[in-house]
Amino acid sequence: MEKDFEVVDHTADVGIIAYGVDIRQAFTNAARALFSLITNIDDVEEVLYRDIELVAPDEESLLVGWLNELIYLFDVENIIFKRFDITELSNTQLKARSYGEKIDRSKHKLKTGVKAATYHMLTVDKANGCKVQVLFDI
Amino acid sequence: MAAPWQEVVKKIDDYRWEIPQTYKTGMLVPGLIFASQSMLNHIWEEQVFQQVANVAFLPGIVGRSLAMPDIHWGYGFPIGGVAATRIKDGVVSPGGVGFDINCGVRLLRTNLTEDEIRPKIGQLIAELFANIPSGVGSTGRIRVSEKELVEVLIKGSRWAVEKGYGEARDITVTEESGCIKGANPEKVSSKVKKRGIPQLGTLGAGNHFLEIEVVDEIYDKDVATAMGIDDLGQVLILIHTGSRGFGHQVCTDYVALLGESVKKYGISLPDRQLACAPVQSPEGQDYLAAMSCAANYAWTNRQCITHWTRESFIKVLGKSRSELGLEQIYDVAHNIAKIEEYTIDGKKHTLCVHRKGATRAFPAGHPDIPDIYRNIGQPVLIPGDMGRCSYVALGTEMAMKESFGSTCHGAGRVQSRAAARRALRGADVARELTARGITVKTGSMGSLAEEASGAYKDVTEVVDVTDKAGISRKVAKAIPVGVIKG
Repeated sequence: MEKDFEVVDHTADVGIIAYGVDIRQAFTNAARALFSLITNIDDVEEVLYRDIELVAPDEESLLVGWLNELIYLFDVENIIFKRFDITELSNTQLKARSYGEKIDRSKHKLKTGVKAATYHMLTVDKANGCKVQVLFDI
Repeated sequence: MAAPWQEVVKKIDDYRWEIPQTYKTGMLVPGLIFASQSMLNHIWEEQVFQQVANVAFLPGIVGRSLAMPDIHWGYGFPIGGVAATRIKDGVVSPGGVGFDINCGVRLLRTNLTEDEIRPKIGQLIAELFANIPSGVGSTGRIRVSEKELVEVLIKGSRWAVEKGYGEARDITVTEESGCIKGANPEKVSSKVKKRGIPQLGTLGAGNHFLEIEVVDEIYDKDVATAMGIDDLGQVLILIHTGSRGFGHQVCTDYVALLGESVKKYGISLPDRQLACAPVQSPEGQDYLAAMSCAANYAWTNRQCITHWTRESFIKVLGKSRSELGLEQIYDVAHNIAKIEEYTIDGKKHTLCVHRKGATRAFPAGHPDIPDIYRNIGQPVLIPGDMGRCSYVALGTEMAMKESFGSTCHGAGRVQSRAAARRALRGADVARELTARGITVKTGSMGSLAEEASGAYKDVTEVVDVTDKAGISRKVAKAIPVGVIKG
């Protein structure tokens, strides 16, 4: 895999395409893409973690739900995540532990606020490895 | 060579372009774009035709799926879209309101002139920036408990005024008197509340800003005077923000929930972000109750910011509130769904009007506008992009007939944020604004570049279309002299 994710231009918002050898890796890279929009994740250390468990009707909804859970934790607890360990992933269920730290304005430069992940142009393509696309409202 | 859109649209007049119902199978009504011919190339490239057509799939939609001239590509609904559905058999769609529920604009007038504030503009902007929390991840000065938050959601602006943030008169010149009925805090999740509690009283980031501006042109002297806009050079203050993370989470929750309603009620949609439920269904009613909470949160937010704005002016200029003026002209929502009455073909209908990036524009005599504006019409507040200009307009009868009492809401992006960042650095944008006499204070230079004028349509062109089409009428134009931005 040449790259983990890329950012796609969109007039009002920002889209991302994330790649992986499987859906688990693509979901992980989508989460890294999300936090790369917010800040430079190289400046983030792994000092705490949060667990996420969620159920959704299908894989696409699971992807949106997963990213929206992370946006929620960022907004409420001010945590920037950089590493994601998805321990369980089925068509309708996800369990993950995400590692990062609280925002420290002296070392984290915040770039973009992300309001939510949307269902617009949402794709989970498992034809060759896995490629997912999500559009964020920013 | 003919432009590609020419084969699709039917020209009605210079400012109205119809997308026939036959454009896409499944459309229940035609689309209508308010635009000048020169705007259509860009609108076509933006795939907005597709999005306007997709909205026309919503069950119970009446009239036409509308696009204001500031239309641009959104997620699901286009931004600048208006759709009205019958409440008896139509749907409500959270995507038709958007994530930033009741993102809106408030305008204050002053007794000050440009000459009086020029020497103090740096101090004013610094004081406003210090008093009004802004930026990504900003938290408020107000600490509410969950119990108090529930009161905010039920009372809206009135909660703020009771706590000493602002004045009773402010409420009378706010859309819905700053409190939309039907808010039910039980219909918002604990996540929504947790996201909302720390962010009350914050400006936020992105396209939100607070601007000190100066009246540059007056198009209708009598109407302007009735609004308290007396002279060229008079200082006004524009506040642009919404319901912050509270509203974002309401939309996130309900798009997911209503995704299930789409299956339950057998609704067929071309885009999942259009998720919806019948207005009368429990799911639809729950969304409206939650959306109303978010709308009231947003009005409270702007009310608190108004108070700190007044405090900042009083402190820096050393004059009293009455000497300075600082009265509220009006406050309007740009992202909201409202239950309103319209007469179509001589018959009265109760409709759910979705405005996503559109402003209510009720005419003179409408019972829902404040007494002091009843004889002239509802003030419409249209901010431009940061650093260009903004407009005050007036609602019209034509808007009631043609656009479900709606008009444009701003400039409308033409360039993506990433492209804007590539084209310009924040520091260059700041320098250019300074060169034009505009003082800027921002928490993020990157976000400043994203909001540069070149990233937007010219708001003047947008407002001229709505004026010429007659769905709102220009009253005054103001240009910025100072901006604070998240």
